[in-house]
Amino acid sequence: MDLFKSYILPRLLQWAIVIFVGVTVTFIIPRLLPSDPVQQTLTRVASMSFVDPAALESYRATIEDLYGLRGTPLEQYLAFWRRMLRGDLGPSLSAFPTPVISIIKTGLPWTIGLLTTTIILSWLLGIALGTFAGYFPRNRVAQVYDKVLITVYPIPYYVLALILVMLFAYYWPIFPLVGGYSGVQSFSWRYISSIIEHAVLPATSLILGATAFRYIMARALTKTLVTSDFITYAETATLPRRTILGYITRNSMLPQITDLGLSLGAMFEGALVTEVVFGYPGIGYALYTAILQADFNMILGITLFSVVGIATAALIIDLAYPLFDPRVRYR
Amino acid sequence: MFVVVRDLFRYNGSFRVGFMILLLIVTLVILSFFSPYGEQQRRVAPRNEPPSLEHPLGTNSLGQDLFWQVTFAIRNSLIVAGTAVVIGRSIAVALGSFAGYSGGWIDRVLSSITDSFIVIPRLPLIILISFILKGNLTFIELALFLGLLDWAWPSKRYRSQILTLREEEFTNTAVYSGMRTPAVILREHIPFLIPFLLADMVSGFLWAVGMEITLSSFGLSELDRPSLGTMIYWANYYQALLTGKYWWLVAPILSSILIVVSFYLISTSLTEYLDPRTRLKRLEARAAG
Repeated sequence: MDLFKSYILPRLLQWAIVIFVGVTVTFIIPRLLPSDPVQQTLTRVASMSFVDPAALESYRATIEDLYGLRGTPLEQYLAFWRRMLRGDLGPSLSAFPTPVISIIKTGLPWTIGLLTTTIILSWLLGIALGTFAGYFPRNRVAQVYDKVLITVYPIPYYVLALILVMLFAYYWPIFPLVGGYSGVQSFSWRYISSIIEHAVLPATSLILGATAFRYIMARALTKTLVTSDFITYAETATLPRRTILGYITRNSMLPQITDLGLSLGAMFEGALVTEVVFGYPGIGYALYTAILQADFNMILGITLFSVVGIATAALIIDLAYPLFDPRVRYR
Repeated sequence: MFVVVRDLFRYNGSFRVGFMILLLIVTLVILSFFSPYGEQQRRVAPRNEPPSLEHPLGTNSLGQDLFWQVTFAIRNSLIVAGTAVVIGRSIAVALGSFAGYSGGWIDRVLSSITDSFIVIPRLPLIILISFILKGNLTFIELALFLGLLDWAWPSKRYRSQILTLREEEFTNTAVYSGMRTPAVILREHIPFLIPFLLADMVSGFLWAVGMEITLSSFGLSELDRPSLGTMIYWANYYQALLTGKYWWLVAPILSSILIVVSFYLISTSLTEYLDPRTRLKRLEARAAG
C-alpha cells in the first residue's frame, strides 16, 4: 500500500499529465498556424476533379465536423477529447473511408516488433560494452569499439540508415531494398524467414545508433562507480574481477532503466525515420505516405496515437522499476 | 582563449581532429559567399557529371555544381541548427533555473510539465507543424519550431544542476559572507554551468541538424533552397541511387557526418577541459610540479 502511495500513484498522475499536455498541444498547434488544413484539403479535392459547389460545401461541413472545427474553441476542445477517448481518430482522407485507427493497427505490429527487438538488444549491448570499456579502459578491443561508437553516436538516424541502404541493399545487395516481408502471409518458415531478412537492416541501423547512446552513458556511469567505496573495498579484498564487473553492471543498470523510459520517445522517432528509409510497413511508413498524399487526418491521428502510446510504454517501464531495484520495494 | 585552444590542440587528440574538420567547414561556409553561381540557380553546369577536376564533387540532374551547392547547404543547415539551439537553450536555461531556484509548488508544476514534454515524441509534432505550413515554411521558421520543441531535456538537467549547486557548501559560505543572490548565481554557479551548457548546446545542435535533414528529406521545408536535407531530398527525388549518381548523395551525407563528428569531438574535449573538477586536478598538478 505504501508502495502504491509513494511510487505508483505519482507515476500514474504523471502519465495522465503527459497525455493531457500531449493532446492539448496537438489540439492547439493546427489552430495557431496561419494555414487552414480544411481549406487546403478542399482545394486539393477541387483541383483533382470538377466538383459541384454545393457538394463541395457539404464536403466542407463533413471535414469541419471531422476535425472538430465547429463551435467555440472550448466546445471544439471537448469534442476533440471525446473522440480521443472513444479511440475514434476519424477516417483517412487518402484511403477514404478507412478509419485512421485501423491503418495504425495494421502498421503497429511491425513498429512494435522492430522497436522491442532493437530496444532490448541495444540496451543490453550498450551496457555490456560500456561497463567493460569503463572498467578496462586500456583493453585493445574496447579502444577500437570506443572510437567506432563515438563516431556513430552523433550521426543523424536518417543519414545512418541511408548509408546502410546504400552499402548493403544497393552496392552489395545482401539485404532486400524495401518492404517488410515477401510471399503470402502464412505460418510457414519461408514467410517468417522473409520477415527476419527484411528486418535485419532497419534493426541494425536502429541498434547502431541506440547502442552508441547507451554505451556512452554506461561508460560514464561505470567510471564514477569504479571510484566508489564499495568497489574500492571489493578490489582491496581482491575479489575476482568478474565478480566486481558483475557488481558494477548491476549498479549501473538501474539508472539505465529510468533512462530507457525517458528515451523511448527518441527511439520511437528513430523507428519512424528508419521505416521511411527502408520502406518498412510500420506506423512511420504510414506517416510518410500520409505526408506524400497530404492526408492531414492521418498525420493528426498518428501524432495523437504516438503520444498516448509512448506515454503508456514509459509508464509500464516506470512501474516495472521496483522489480529491479529492491530499495524502492522495501522503502 | 587562444592559449586554451593552443593547449587543447597540442595535447588533446580528439580536439585536434575536431578542430581541423571545423576549420574545413568554416572555410566551406566562407567560400559559399564567393560562389560563381547563385544558390537557387539551375542549369548552370553540365548535368549528371561524376566528380572531375572542373567539378570536384560532380554535378546533379538540375545542372548545379555540387561543390558550391554543398557550401550553401552547410551554411543554411548551420543557420537552422544554430538558431534552433539558441531559442531552445534560452527557454531551457530560463525555465530550468527558475524552477531550480524557486522550489516549492512552482518547481513541482514546472517539473511535471517538463517531464511530459520529455516523454512526448517530437518528430510527429514537428511533422504536423511543417505539414500544415508546407510550402510556406522558411528555414528560419523551421529553426523557430525546432527550438520551441527542444527545451525539455536541457531544462530538466539545468534544474537538477542548480538543485545540487544550491546544496553545495560554497553556496552557503557565499551566502553567509553576505553575497547577494544574483552575485552568488553569477560568480559561484555560472562557472559550473558553463561546461554543462556547452555540452548541451552541442547535443541540441546535433539534434537540430538531424531534424533538419529528416524533415527536409521528407519534403517538408524550403525545398528550393539548398540545405543538407533538401539536397538529399532532390537526390532521392531524381532517384540518384538507382540511376548510379552516387556522388549526389555522397556530398551531403559526407558533409553532415563531418559537421556532427567535429562538433561532438570538440564538445567532449572542451567539457573535459572546462569541468571544474578536472580543472582543480590540473591546478593541483601544476602546483605540485
